[in-house]
Amino acid sequence: MTVVLEPPADPTLERRAAIQAAAASSLRRRKVSSSVALGVCWLFLAIAVVPLVAVVYYVLAKGLPAWSTDFFTQPTKPEGVAAGGVWNAIVGTMVITAIAVAVTVPVGLLCGLYLAESDSGVAATLRFTADVMTGIPSITVGIFGYIAIVRNFGYSGYAGAFAIGFIMLPVITRAGETAFRGVPHSLNEAAMALGARKATVARRIVLPTALPGVITGVLLAVARGLGETAPLLLTIFGNQFLQWSPSKPMEALPILIYNDSSQPYADQVQLAWGAALLLMVVVLVLSIGSRLLAAHLQKERR
Amino acid sequence: MTEAISHTSRTEDVVTVRAEEVLVEPPMGDVVMTLRDVAVSFGGRMAVRGVSFDVRAGEVTALIGPSGSGKTTLLRALNRMHDAVRTASVSGTVRLGDLDVYAPTTDATLLRSRVGMVFQRPNPFPTMSIYDNAVAGLRFNGVRKRALLDEAAESALIGAALWDSVKDRLKAHASTLSGGEQQRLCIARALAVEPEVLLMDEPTSALDPIATKRIEELVGELKERVTIVIVTHNMQQAMRVSDRCAFLLMGEDKAGELIEFGPTARLFSEPSDPRTLDYVNGRFG
Repeated sequence: MTVVLEPPADPTLERRAAIQAAAASSLRRRKVSSSVALGVCWLFLAIAVVPLVAVVYYVLAKGLPAWSTDFFTQPTKPEGVAAGGVWNAIVGTMVITAIAVAVTVPVGLLCGLYLAESDSGVAATLRFTADVMTGIPSITVGIFGYIAIVRNFGYSGYAGAFAIGFIMLPVITRAGETAFRGVPHSLNEAAMALGARKATVARRIVLPTALPGVITGVLLAVARGLGETAPLLLTIFGNQFLQWSPSKPMEALPILIYNDSSQPYADQVQLAWGAALLLMVVVLVLSIGSRLLAAHLQKERR
Repeated sequence: MTEAISHTSRTEDVVTVRAEEVLVEPPMGDVVMTLRDVAVSFGGRMAVRGVSFDVRAGEVTALIGPSGSGKTTLLRALNRMHDAVRTASVSGTVRLGDLDVYAPTTDATLLRSRVGMVFQRPNPFPTMSIYDNAVAGLRFNGVRKRALLDEAAESALIGAALWDSVKDRLKAHASTLSGGEQQRLCIARALAVEPEVLLMDEPTSALDPIATKRIEELVGELKERVTIVIVTHNMQQAMRVSDRCAFLLMGEDKAGELIEFGPTARLFSEPSDPRTLDYVNGRFG
C-alpha cells in the first residue's frame, strides 16, 4: 500500500488565487463605479460650461449688430439722438490701462522677484498683503480711490489708473513670484558659481528664464483690469466726449456698458452690447495671445 | 590546461575557477512572459523596437544599456503603463502566460494586479499609514476581508524585509520612514497583491549604497516568490542580481534595439556581440 502525500499548500499561491478572485469578481462593480464617477464629472463640466457658452452666445448675438465704422471711430452721442460710437470709451480704457500697466508691472514684478528670492518675515508679510489685496472687493478699491484722490484732485483718468493698478498689482506680484520660483535653483547656483552677483543673476538668468510665465501673468492681470467697473465708477466719472488727457474725467468701456445698458433708448442699449462684445474679444485675445506667446517662447528654448 | 594552472599563481587560479563557475547557465524555468518584436513609439517617433525574449519563472531578468536605449520604455510596455500616455503606441506581442497583454479583451487593471511595478524614486502614498500603503493595492482590487488584508500585509512586509522594523508602528505615516525603508515599503505594496511578475525600474537609483545593498539582497530573496524584471544602469548591479540579461542600445535612428539576450554570466564574460563586450567592459555608456 502506497501513501500519496499531498504537497504542502503554498500560502503565497493560495493568497494569489484569493486576491485574483476578489479582483476579478469586483471588476464589474469597479468598472460601473468608475463610469458613474466619470459621468458625474462630465455632468458638472456641462453645468460649468453651459453658462459660459450662453454668455458668449448672447453677447455675440446682441453685440455684433452694433459694430460698425462709427462704433469704433465716433464718441457717444447724447441720449435720444443718433447712437454714435464708443471711441471715447476705447481711448479712456487704453489710456487708463496703459498708465496702470506702466506703474504696476515694474513694481509688481520686483515685488514678485523679492518674494521668490527671499524667505524673510518681510516677504511673508508682503505675500500675505498681496493675497489680502487680491481679495478686496473692487468697490472698496473704488471708494478708497474716491476718498484718497477724487476728493482732493477731482475725477480723472489718473484716479482711475490708480484704482485699476490697485487691482492689478497683487495679481502681477503673485504671478511674477510663481514664474520666478519656477526657475530651477541650480541655474542660480551655476551663475553664482561663475561669480555673478545676486542682481546680475536676477537680471541675466532668472528674469529671462521666467519670461514666458511673467508675460502670461502680466497679460492676465491686464485682462482683469480691463473689465473692472466699480473702481472706475467712483474715480473717472465718465465722459461723453472724446478725452485723451488722463487729468480730466474720462469714459471707459465698463462705465459705458454700465450706464448705457440701463438707458431707455434702444440705440444706447445696443451700444452697450457692442462695447461688451469688444471688451470680451479683447480679454479673449489677451488670454489666448499670452498663452500662445508663452508656448512660443518656451518652444524656442528647445 | 591542467599544466597551465599548476604553473600559475594563486590569484590567477582563483580567476580561472570563477570564470568557469559563472559560465554555468541557470536551469531553464517556465516561461512567464514572452516578448516578440515589441516596439514602442511616442507620437510616431520610435523609442524602442524589435525586442524579443522570454522572461522565465524564478529568475531575475535585467534590462541593461546606456541611457536612451529604451530600457524603462520597454519595461513600462510589459504592464501597459503606456496606456496613460496618449501619444504612445505599442506594437508586437507581449504575453503573460496564455494572456495576450495587448489584446482588446484584456483588462489593463486586472493585468496590472498580476504584473506589479516599483519605480525609480520611493513613492509611498503620503496620506496613508504604513499598513494602509501595504494593503493599498488589495483595497484597489476590491479585497475587503480583514483577515486576508492583515495576512497579505504581514507577508509582504516580511518579504520586503521591513516587518521587524515597522510591526510596532503600522499606523505611523509612511513619510516617517527613511528613503531605503520607503522603497522597501513600495516593494511590499507591490508584493501584497501577489503579482506573478514584478517590474523594477532602477529601484535603487535614488538610494545610498547601504540601502541599495539591502534592496539587491531582497531581489535575490524575492525571485523564489515572484518573477522579477529589473531595469538598471549599473552593470555591477545587473551582474549581482540577475540571472539573465537583455542588453539594449540606441540605434542609428535613436530607437533602442535589443543587441543581445542571454544568461548574465555569459553576457558579461563571453558576449557574442562586440558592442556588448565594449559596454560591459565600460568602454562606453
